[in-house]
Amino acid sequence: MLLIVCPYCGKRPELEFTYGGQAHLARPAKPVELDDQTWTDFLYMRTNTKGPYAERWRHARGCGRFFNAVRDTTTDHFLGTYKTGEPQPEFAAATTRTIPEHPK
Amino acid sequence: MSSRSASDDLRSVNGGQPTSNGALPTASALGTASNDFRTTTGGRIDRSQALRFTFDGTAYAGFAGDTLASALLANGVHLVGRSFKYHRPRGILAAGSEEPNALVTVIRDTARYTPNLRATQVELYDGLCAESQNRWPSLRHDVGRVNDLLARFFPAGFYYKTFMWPKKAWKAVYEPIIRRAAGLGQAPTLPDPDRYAQRYAHCDVLVVGAGPAGIAAALAAADSGARVVLCDEQAEFGGSLLGDGAARIDGDSGLEWVEKSLAALKLNNRVTLLARTTAFGYFPHNLIGLNERLSDHLTQPTRGLPRERLWQVRARAVVLATGAIERPLVFPGNDRPGILLAGAGQTYLNRYGVRVGNQVVVVTATDAAYQAALDLHAAGVIVAAVADTRQSPSGVLPEAARRAGIDVIPASTVLGTKGDLRVRSIALGKLTNGTVRAAQNFDCDAVLMSGGFTPSVHLFSQSRGKLEWSEALQAFIPGQSAENERSAGACRGVYGLAEALADGAAAGAAAGAPTGAAVGTATGPAAGAAAGATVGTAAAPAAARKPGPARRLVVEAPLRGNDAYLGALPAATPPSKHKSFVDWQHDVTTKDLALATREGFQSIEHVKRYTTTGMATDQGKTSNLNAMAIVAQKLDVAIPRVGLTTFRMPYTPVTFGSFAGISRGDLFDPVRTTPTHAWAAAHGAVFENVALWKRARYFPRAGEDMHAAVARECLAVRNACGIFDASTLGKIEVVGADAAEFMNRLYINSWTGLGIGRSRYGILCRDDGFIYDDGVVARTAADRFHVTTTTGGAPRVLAMMEDYRQTEWPDLKVWLTSTTEQWAVIAVQGPNSRRVLEDLVGIDISAAAMPHMSVGRGFICGTSMLLFRVSFTGELGFEVNVPADFGAAVWEAIYAAGQKHGMVEYGTETMHVLRAEKGYIIVGQDTDGTVTPDDAGLTWAIGKTKTDFVGKRSLERASMKASNRKQLVGLRSRSGTVLEEGAQVAAKAGQQPPMELIGHVTSSYASSVLGYPIALALVAGGRAKVGQTLYVPMPGRDLEVEVTSPVFYDPTGARING
Repeated sequence: MLLIVCPYCGKRPELEFTYGGQAHLARPAKPVELDDQTWTDFLYMRTNTKGPYAERWRHARGCGRFFNAVRDTTTDHFLGTYKTGEPQPEFAAATTRTIPEHPK
Repeated sequence: MSSRSASDDLRSVNGGQPTSNGALPTASALGTASNDFRTTTGGRIDRSQALRFTFDGTAYAGFAGDTLASALLANGVHLVGRSFKYHRPRGILAAGSEEPNALVTVIRDTARYTPNLRATQVELYDGLCAESQNRWPSLRHDVGRVNDLLARFFPAGFYYKTFMWPKKAWKAVYEPIIRRAAGLGQAPTLPDPDRYAQRYAHCDVLVVGAGPAGIAAALAAADSGARVVLCDEQAEFGGSLLGDGAARIDGDSGLEWVEKSLAALKLNNRVTLLARTTAFGYFPHNLIGLNERLSDHLTQPTRGLPRERLWQVRARAVVLATGAIERPLVFPGNDRPGILLAGAGQTYLNRYGVRVGNQVVVVTATDAAYQAALDLHAAGVIVAAVADTRQSPSGVLPEAARRAGIDVIPASTVLGTKGDLRVRSIALGKLTNGTVRAAQNFDCDAVLMSGGFTPSVHLFSQSRGKLEWSEALQAFIPGQSAENERSAGACRGVYGLAEALADGAAAGAAAGAPTGAAVGTATGPAAGAAAGATVGTAAAPAAARKPGPARRLVVEAPLRGNDAYLGALPAATPPSKHKSFVDWQHDVTTKDLALATREGFQSIEHVKRYTTTGMATDQGKTSNLNAMAIVAQKLDVAIPRVGLTTFRMPYTPVTFGSFAGISRGDLFDPVRTTPTHAWAAAHGAVFENVALWKRARYFPRAGEDMHAAVARECLAVRNACGIFDASTLGKIEVVGADAAEFMNRLYINSWTGLGIGRSRYGILCRDDGFIYDDGVVARTAADRFHVTTTTGGAPRVLAMMEDYRQTEWPDLKVWLTSTTEQWAVIAVQGPNSRRVLEDLVGIDISAAAMPHMSVGRGFICGTSMLLFRVSFTGELGFEVNVPADFGAAVWEAIYAAGQKHGMVEYGTETMHVLRAEKGYIIVGQDTDGTVTPDDAGLTWAIGKTKTDFVGKRSLERASMKASNRKQLVGLRSRSGTVLEEGAQVAAKAGQQPPMELIGHVTSSYASSVLGYPIALALVAGGRAKVGQTLYVPMPGRDLEVEVTSPVFYDPTGARING
């Protein structure tokens, strides 16, 4: 079970949260002006990143708020979380901080 | 340790014959008389506490501290099971949780019937009753044994090749027979009567495994002030030291060191010690699942004591000290009862005081097995020979063996074994210049084997740590960790006792350091560097990894080296001519692996699935590396190239009860009931589950079935009036200055023009244009909407609303509140409904004052009321909303008042029929996530002047407007048959599969008011087909149906506006 830092409530277990898919996909202001391909891309096309990935979470069984997170999809470690509307911060890679190396 | 002489032992079997041909003692007396293979002293058993037990109905005796396996061996019983596929007789192979053969059923009472337990982990209690599995009629005389003779019909992947003809026979004949023949134990037939507890815990350092490395780690971590949890799957802490009589630590015996260490840990109230606790799974962010077994070992479990406790431990740092598992050697006939791992033989002797035989041959590729030989020799067992696969074994242990007079035979291999229910003899071979020739044969009643050790990297791998291949150790060992985790001791290839203690202490100290941070600079003992050739004192600085405690341990233990043998021993015949087992539990032989590679399988993941090697409940603990090595050899590639299979939780099987905890029966899922639930139950309602709700489905009267009750209820609503509990509908209050704008953007309808005190049928689409939910929405103030949703859709609609509110339109001044449970909703429907209510409510509800889709406020029975003039039946109707606490009282008042107007109570089934007669859809029944508003005939609801709403752009796509989309229509069955919901619709009759199908039935009922069955269906281009005849193909016939409008009853809507 992941530990997720809600920017409003702090560190909480995964079961308090719901997943919201890729972050920073703003709904176009005037969808009617888009051609079919552009609209289809907005609706369905998502990146499938190996590594740090900006995604949405909602603290559904807590404060109820949506927020964004950067998670390394190869390790499931969160590099950091931030509030909806804020630009994606630069996070240090998680591996340099808490994970020990075995002595050889 | 026993000091019995060899001659003592010989007397106990068959008048002095040193070999046993499977003559098993069957003594049944309580006591130790039958414990012929028990030493007189030594071991961790309590000889003052004799325990009775039965195995397959035969009574035996053991001692407190025994496992079922050790007690059976003490009684000379090696045959404990039949193998999975070939039904070969099998004995106990190991002494721990890696045991692949000795799976037994333990029966405490009729309900407490636990199959597939490893006898090596079943602690003996007085009166224990165990049975073997996968045999009939008995273990010794098993009919399934014929499979062994028919083995050529069951090669790897046989189920893909044989038994394929005739095709139909697979399901009916072959599969049931094969499933019955290849098996594990039977599932219990009664509900589990036991209680299972669950607990969450946090700690600084979790240490998994309480062998020398784990105990050292826990001591070091505790010394740094950390909160420590130390767990071990065994009843006793000590790990390898429990079965090792030779080691000395700081002048104490190994066990004395364990006792002193545990005493120190017990005094520390920041340390939690969990015995009988298996760390079965490593989950992200250092959450470890532990399964603690609390009562299975007790003769009479205390009432109320949980059987097991599931721990979910979130650890800041984890130290894995999970040890290593000895590898069997792969040679012809290596699976006979009496053939054990060398370390197991040593453990049974030193820990349980049990000799695995009277005359033993040791086959080994390592120095470690010599310790077993020496210990057995000292205990008076005849060690006929140590057959060593190496050219010139010269370590201190081999030398000690030679000095003790044991015949050490180098450059050996095994050509075969004999013995039916117990090994009787072993034929050795000699390997000279790459060729195998026959050598000596030895009579024996036990064989001990050792191919070296496989580090237990299961949990490390589960944590997503990267494994590395160590050429020096011939093993996969932990490389880069993925979590704050350290492996220590044998589980990372640090085998020597001194080195393991130092490694554990260093790991514990680093893990316990307040930062918990990585220590990148210090170096520990190099894996593999401990290989040494002298028995000696290795003074290991415990602080090899700084920072660490100042404790230094002086360790005396013979160095065992790191030699290893992977794969099959050189054989004199090709794999097809003999059975050399690789995976004992799934009966996979070298022949099967050779076949798989010959047929083109190259990845170990594919070989595994084709041959099922490593796929049994033991997950290949003893077999995986040998299988990989054999495949690598066949493919002529290095072992790492073959790849490693994925380790998955659980490490050993965990009971369902442990996972379920208290979430059983009534506590499995919350039950939501409406304010009128008790009334409905008292009036004989039959309930149905809708999401988590219990809803009254119908109210049968004496002698009525559902059909009769629903017909009566429907007619009463159409002709008089009915009362229905609609409280389960979701209700969301949308409030704020921008509430109307929010609703405009979200719902397809236009809300700007909706007056206060008016309501509208709203439809919510997703941005893909498909219907997501629907419900009546009332405007109760300029800035306030009362939105209703479907019963099951309430949570997801609110979540969707919140998503758009928070992330797309945070500038809108609007707030959302779920009010579903605040309101009781009492639907009063039917031509008499106004008459019923007008005496109860204090407001004018005449047709002029309260037209269809209007909303009024008032009081009923003294409580505030929100009154909707609304109908889901097509009749004149109202929905009385009152605070939930008053729901039952108001319901009863309305019901009483309604009696003189012919009112009946009705349930969801009648509601479904009435709405279908009117062609009203139910989202999720008549829609399925691919239905647009237009498909459902609801284009009229779309706000035409809006430039955007959620879903609008998608509805503009050409394919969403195509005329051949599936559209909602009515179907009238010409034969008078009620169609089956879900049935397909075809344009042509008499088709054979594959048919051309153009739609499906979504709703279907008998209509009592119309006198004929009705159905709703989604049919391609359906609206243009009204009047046409279509067909609903059913087994053996096509039902003829006429396409109609979905509105069957009162198409002009005269009644609803009455």
